[in-house]
Amino acid sequence: MGVNCEKVWRESSNYIDGDVSAELRKAIEEHAQGCSRCAAVLSGLKNIVQIYGDERMSDVPLGYGQRLHRRLEEDMHPARRGFMGWMVAFAASILVGGTFEVAKSASVGPQRVSQHSQPAFRKIPPGLRVLVSLGGKIFHLPICSTINNRATAVAMTAQQAIQDGYTPCPRCLRKYLQVG
Amino acid sequence: MRTALQHDLAESSNEGALLKRIKDGERELFYKLVQPYEQRVYAAALSILRNEAEAEDAAQEAVLKAFKHIGQFRAEAKFSTWLLQITINEARMRRRKQLAHAMEPIADQPTEDGEYVPRDFADWREIPSETLERREIRDALMKALATLGEKYREVFVLRDMQRLSIEETAKILDISTASVKTRLLRARLMLRDLLSPGFGGGWTTKLSFAKGNKPWE
Repeated sequence: MGVNCEKVWRESSNYIDGDVSAELRKAIEEHAQGCSRCAAVLSGLKNIVQIYGDERMSDVPLGYGQRLHRRLEEDMHPARRGFMGWMVAFAASILVGGTFEVAKSASVGPQRVSQHSQPAFRKIPPGLRVLVSLGGKIFHLPICSTINNRATAVAMTAQQAIQDGYTPCPRCLRKYLQVG
Repeated sequence: MRTALQHDLAESSNEGALLKRIKDGERELFYKLVQPYEQRVYAAALSILRNEAEAEDAAQEAVLKAFKHIGQFRAEAKFSTWLLQITINEARMRRRKQLAHAMEPIADQPTEDGEYVPRDFADWREIPSETLERREIRDALMKALATLGEKYREVFVLRDMQRLSIEETAKILDISTASVKTRLLRARLMLRDLLSPGFGGGWTTKLSFAKGNKPWE
């Protein structure tokens, strides 16, 4: 089976996703071996998928989760809204006062949470060996290509990582995150 | 040992049980149900609105709407899909308002007819992971993504950044799987062309001297 450049470009995205037949895959690879233009297109596409799929590209703004939670609380209990406003102001003043103490602490990591508060993560085998890196918020399988600061990564079980507040990598742990 | 299927069944029954308790009146549990998806909700809104503050507002509104209408959610659908559909609709509505306010045409997207032909054939150096530590590079990547038409951005964000399947992406956007594949191909090729000048040289020369990253090697 022979393919021309147009066919390679048309199928390049499916090829990167592994969504082509074995015969077409072989034909594309044979073509790319002798065609620098198609080789450049395929390697560029693979890089695009890899780099945009990195967890650092999907950061949420600082405090987003807390603000979302607070808004939901206000919606559930409108009567508390005024009270909540005072509470937020009070909490903010405590936070400012406590900043110096927090700054002194060397341990800055995700907040510890109960595993049971994250129902979508429960299907991850608790004993699975995973890696987390210094300053990261996500845990990965050791083979994952998106681990940030791999040199600082430490191993632990998935159960420990979840309890420590880390969330699973949507790429390498994807198969455990399908929620029905 | 439990199989993956058993895990799936256990998980859906956990979420199903949570949903039942919420519908039965334990409304405080809703945040627990939403929490695993809050990052996806934000990313979906951002892909349409291209503004962080607007996206966060739309994400909050979408979650509130999901909470208000949780009684209408049918168990045969996936909760995450339903939630993302609400988010996409909320963000699109806001986008339409923005465009109407700015008196810009809504139909500003190129058609899917005709093939997209790559323009740049320079070979890329392998992109080292450390490159993303640089804020200006992440900004440049987001800026390039923001220049794509909305329908390409939506598909690319759900599929390549949120790692949803082709089928899930199609369902959330209410388009066919063939359209998802076509738009994804275009989005990836356009981004590659847009970013080639940077990744073909300037951004990576100081960081890596590796050869191009060949998918078949």
